[in-house]
Amino acid sequence: MILIIKSERVQIMQSIIEIKHLFYRYEKDTVLENINMTIPDGSFLAIVGPNGSGKSTLLKLILGLLKPQKGDIFLFGQEINKFKDWQKIGYVSQKANSFNTGFPATVFEVVASGLTKKLGLFKSFKKEHSNKVNETLDAVGMKGFSNRNIGELSGGQQQRVFIARALVSEPSLLILDEPTVGVDAENVNSFYQMLGELNKNREITLLLVTHDIGTISDKVSHVACLNKHLHFHGETAEFEQLNRDGLSKVYGHDVHLLTHHHEHGGVVK
Amino acid sequence: MIEGIFHYEFLQNAFLTGILIGIVAPLLGVFIVVRRLSLIADALSHVTLAGIAASLLIERKFTMLAGLNPLYLGMVFSVGGALFIEKLRGVYKHYQELAIPIILSSGIGLGVIFISLANGFNTDLFSYLFGSVSAVSRTDLWVIFIISIVVISVIIMLYKELFLLSFDEEHAKASGIAAKSIHFIFIVMVALVIAASMRIVGILLVSSLMTLPVAASIRIAKGFKQTIFFSILFGEISVLGGLFSAYYLDLAPGGTIVMISVLILVLTIFYNKFTSAIGGEKQSERI
Repeated sequence: MILIIKSERVQIMQSIIEIKHLFYRYEKDTVLENINMTIPDGSFLAIVGPNGSGKSTLLKLILGLLKPQKGDIFLFGQEINKFKDWQKIGYVSQKANSFNTGFPATVFEVVASGLTKKLGLFKSFKKEHSNKVNETLDAVGMKGFSNRNIGELSGGQQQRVFIARALVSEPSLLILDEPTVGVDAENVNSFYQMLGELNKNREITLLLVTHDIGTISDKVSHVACLNKHLHFHGETAEFEQLNRDGLSKVYGHDVHLLTHHHEHGGVVK
Repeated sequence: MIEGIFHYEFLQNAFLTGILIGIVAPLLGVFIVVRRLSLIADALSHVTLAGIAASLLIERKFTMLAGLNPLYLGMVFSVGGALFIEKLRGVYKHYQELAIPIILSSGIGLGVIFISLANGFNTDLFSYLFGSVSAVSRTDLWVIFIISIVVISVIIMLYKELFLLSFDEEHAKASGIAAKSIHFIFIVMVALVIAASMRIVGILLVSSLMTLPVAASIRIAKGFKQTIFFSILFGEISVLGGLFSAYYLDLAPGGTIVMISVLILVLTIFYNKFTSAIGGEKQSERI
C-alpha cells in the first residue's frame, strides 16, 4: 500500500526545491522512480530510508552532481540546468568518504574555504571574511578551535566544522548527508539541537538524509520516507501518527525498519 | 665557491636555477602530496626521460638539429604524459592509480628504445639522470625563470580553488568550482616544473624534490599555509646545500640534494617525537 499525503501548507509556502516525475538509474538498477516532492522555505526535512533506498542519489541529483534520466528539478524556482546561484546551497557530505584526516589545514582554513565560490576567481580573502569565519565558528560552538589542525578534532567536532564551512557563505538551504556518521552517541543529541537552532534563528531551510529517525523525529518539521518510491512526505506529526498505527503504512513493507530502534535512537541498518 | 659564483657563469646558472626550483617544486608538491598523487611526479619524470632521449637521438641522427635543447622536447613529452594520465584516470574511474604505472612504464619503454636506437649515450645522459652542476645553460635558466613566474602567479591566483579542490574534491564540485579546468592547469604546471627541475636534480630524483620537503613539513606545520612555507624552506635548504656539497665533493647534485632532504625528514620525525613526548600532545593521528 502506497500512501502519499500532501500537506496543505506545502502549497502555500514558497518552495525551495521542487521535484517532478524524477527517475534515476545506475546502469540497470533503477534507484529512484517517479519522485515528486516540494520542499517549502524554512522547513527542516529529514529524508529517511534504508541503505540503498536512493537517499544519497537524490541529494546528488539536487546538487547537480548527477543528471536525471527523466524528470525535472527546480531550485529556488529555477530549472537546475540554468541554476547558477550555487552559493545559496550549503552542502555537508558524509564526512568519512571525502576527507583525509591527515590533511594539514587549520579549522580556520577549512571554514574559510567555504567562501571560495562566493568570493569568485582571483579575489582574495579580507578582514571582513575572517570576521565572518570566526562568527560562524561561534555559531556552531567551535569558537577557540580555529588554529587547531582539523585532524586533531573528534568526529563530532569535525562535523561541526564542516557545517560552519557550509554556513559561512550564508546559504538559504543547507543539505546534510548522514551528518551523524562518526559522531559519538552522546553528542548526537546536541548536534541535532544545534541544527534546530540554525533552522529557527537563521531561517535556514534544512534538508537532512539519515537512517536515524529515532533521535530526529522530534527535531524536524517534515519527514519524507524514501525507498525507490517516495512513500510518505509530510509533517512530522502526521508521520508519528502513522508510525503509531504501524509502519507498514509508511513504507508499504519492512515494518521493523524504524520502530526497532525508536527508543534509544540507534542507527538502523 | 661563493667567489666562484661571481667568476663562473655555469655556477651562477646552477645556483639561480636551484633557487627557483627550490621554490616551485615543493610549492606544487604540497598540493600533490595532500591529494595523494605523489607518484604522478614519478610517472611524469620518466616520460620526460623519453623526451630527452628522443631529443638526444634526433641530435645524433640529424646533425643540423644539433643545437636543439633537450629541455623542450622533455617538456613536450611531460605535458603530453600529464594529459594522458588525466585521460586514463577518466577511463579507469575505479582504478585511478592505474594511470601512474601505465604512464611510468610507457615512458621508460620509449626512453629505452630511443637510447638503443642511438647505440647508447655518453655522459650527457648520465647528467640528465642524476643532475649536474655544470650542465645548466643561460637559456635553461631563462626558461626555468619564466616557468617559475607563471607557476607562482597561477598558484597565488587560484589558491582558494586549489585548496578546496585538494581538501575536498566532492565539495568543490558541489559548490560549482570549475574542478576540471583547474585540475588541468595544475597538472600541466607539474609537468613543466618536472621538466625544468631535471637539469639540476636529474630525472630519477626529480619527484623527491616535490615530495620529501612536503613530507617533512607536514610533520611540524600547523595549517596549510605553514605547510607551504616549511616545504619551500626545506626545499631551498636541500637544493642549495646539495649544490654546494656536489660542487666541493665532485658528486652528482641529484644525490646530495635528495640525501639532504632525507636528513631533514628524519630530523623532523625526531623533533616531532621529542616535542610530543615533552608536551604530551596528541600528534599520533597526523600522517
